[in-house]
Amino acid sequence: MDWQALWLSIKLSTVTVVILVPMAILAGRFLAYRQFRGKSWVEALVMVPLVLPPTVIGYYLLVGLGSESWLGQMLEQLLGHQLVFNFSGLVVASILVNIPFAIQPIQRAFEAVPEDVRDAAACCGMSRTKALFKIELPMVWPGVLTAMVLVFSHVLGEFGVVLMMGGNIAGETKTIAISIYDSVQAFDFASAGNMSLVLLLFAITVLALTTSLSRRVGGQHVSSRR
Amino acid sequence: MKLSVVLLSALMSLLLLSKAAVATEDVPAIAAASSIKFALDDVAEQFQQDTGRKVRITYGSSGNFVAQIKHGAPFELFLSADERYTNQLTSAGQTQGKGTVYAVGKLALAAPKTSPLALDENLDGLKQLIDAQKLKRFAIANPEHAPYGERAKEVLQHLGLWQTIQPQLIFGENVSQAAQFALSGSTQGGLIALSLASAERFKRRANYVVIPQSLYSPLKQRMVLTLKAKQTANEFYHYIQTDKAQHIFAEYGFGKAVN
Repeated sequence: MDWQALWLSIKLSTVTVVILVPMAILAGRFLAYRQFRGKSWVEALVMVPLVLPPTVIGYYLLVGLGSESWLGQMLEQLLGHQLVFNFSGLVVASILVNIPFAIQPIQRAFEAVPEDVRDAAACCGMSRTKALFKIELPMVWPGVLTAMVLVFSHVLGEFGVVLMMGGNIAGETKTIAISIYDSVQAFDFASAGNMSLVLLLFAITVLALTTSLSRRVGGQHVSSRR
Repeated sequence: MKLSVVLLSALMSLLLLSKAAVATEDVPAIAAASSIKFALDDVAEQFQQDTGRKVRITYGSSGNFVAQIKHGAPFELFLSADERYTNQLTSAGQTQGKGTVYAVGKLALAAPKTSPLALDENLDGLKQLIDAQKLKRFAIANPEHAPYGERAKEVLQHLGLWQTIQPQLIFGENVSQAAQFALSGSTQGGLIALSLASAERFKRRANYVVIPQSLYSPLKQRMVLTLKAKQTANEFYHYIQTDKAQHIFAEYGFGKAVN
């Protein structure tokens, strides 16, 4: 059982959620409320990681951010270390890969907020920021929660991108999915089985917890509206 | 909502703590050909016992490591399955010197204990199976970027089997995966590293026979220190050349290192 890899995966998932979900709230809200030229192109762009194989994204990141590219060299000077083969590189990759999983449910939730509710908030003299926190966020919360769970679990299971640009370094970029792959290659089926089981139980628990949490929050919201 | 905020802040503080806990110790990342997995794990353990120092070893195919190191992977030491790969890095100016040969790799023909494949060093059993059209799947490492795959291809070419065996071949990403395919029972056998075939975990599931070295060019396994190498990597590099470490390599069926 590779606890280090499991911990690294959880850390990666958490950091990705913490960075990506707030950005997705802003982007999802923008896409839900605004009409502008080329909106369908922007929405298509958001969905691209969904249809692109992770190895393609991994390849572009490896070549684009590696020490042979100008961007990679610039970032290396800026950050003091390079992004590829590094934890922070995995964070960047995880964010890119998970954009659709974060934005989609949040955008749908914002779209479901009735316009008259927002108008009422504006009529009461609420600023846009205040309306977001006081009125809209409590209403779209289930969508945000869905985004969080989707992103978290996708990062936990991410394999292709991590393998391509992570370099499989223990404690740095060797995630649980890679560790399972390694164990199978080393004929260590006991360890691979254990880790897979932990991951399975973890996934079930997280899903059950969030479902019940989202139901409770949703229920609260409905009852407060009555 | 409050609960999730609490959970989130708890996780965040844990993250910060763990960041602080990871001291900047000198625990070098090392890239090693998957063919030496079992032997090098033993050597690393011995190294830790003798010196108290640790290393982090990543196993994979030599060709991939060259690509990764060229793109700036932080490996301090690279143990290749074939010196052609370390030489590529040396000529690209990414190593400290030319390194040294640490072992000579050997190929084995391996098959699960239930396989219909008869094992012999000239692959007559394999020929018969092909001729009788009874060979279903046969595993080797990917000859494009894995040295043991290249040598397996040489053996099959040498014996005139390369063309006829094509439809049945499956490629492992590296020799370790090929070995895993070869013993899983989903193939009838494979040409893999002797060091893997002779490992305890493998022997329980599969039989093997050593392929004569006249059938393929020698697998001179060379290691090099990269430009990023610090003290521990340097010490490990020298430790691998000691009699103690070399004895471990010999136990796994590697030939003596000749530069």
